[in-house]
Amino acid sequence: MKVKLFAQIREVTGTESLEMAVPDDATIEGVRQALMAKGPQWQQALSANVLCACNQTLCDGTMVVSEQDEVAFFPPVTGG
Amino acid sequence: MFARVSEADFSQQALYDELCLNNQASQSGAVVTFTGRVRDYNAEGAIDGIELEYYPGMTESALQQLLAQATTRFGLTNAGIVHRVGRLPNQAQIVWVGTCAAHRQDAFSAASYIMDMLKQSVPIWKKEWAGDTSTWVAAKGTDNEAAMRWLTDDKDD
Repeated sequence: MKVKLFAQIREVTGTESLEMAVPDDATIEGVRQALMAKGPQWQQALSANVLCACNQTLCDGTMVVSEQDEVAFFPPVTGG
Repeated sequence: MFARVSEADFSQQALYDELCLNNQASQSGAVVTFTGRVRDYNAEGAIDGIELEYYPGMTESALQQLLAQATTRFGLTNAGIVHRVGRLPNQAQIVWVGTCAAHRQDAFSAASYIMDMLKQSVPIWKKEWAGDTSTWVAAKGTDNEAAMRWLTDDKDD
């Protein structure tokens, strides 16, 4: 699946987007945990107060995702 | 309705004209517009502009959804949002919201609702520059409360 990262999460991990393989019954929370296991920066960036979206719609961690989905992680929004 | 994300600056007059051109004029006695600009300070002192990041695709559709929600809730006859992204100097225009309704109260309330909800639900992130250092802006509790006020009203309806 395609994973996109924004703002502090993008900067701390040095990663704008990546492709990753996921099992059939993967949840967004499972994807987040897998990313956090990639190293201390990932752990730091994704541990606190992170919002997530699946196919560009906000969702929560229990959402089941598949290979074709685009998942994004980002901090609380601060536009306007 | 129009919802746009743009690096380029905008003309309030041009956006107002566009809003009114595509409007059911006979039903719209009120047009309210709001423009947000870059302040030259934050809680720590002077700043040298901001930088805005967004999620291409999702940001535009979140803005569009917000306009649709405001249209239903306040009976708007037309509405528009333009949000700039990229590096913006102090005093630059950041965001423009325009709302048209039969009467002023709905137009005022809708503009306020759109700005409150935008700060809560549209994927845009702000960074402040001071000299060579930049700091991501933390989400504000007061912004959260402003959005919650509208959501609490929903429950009371």
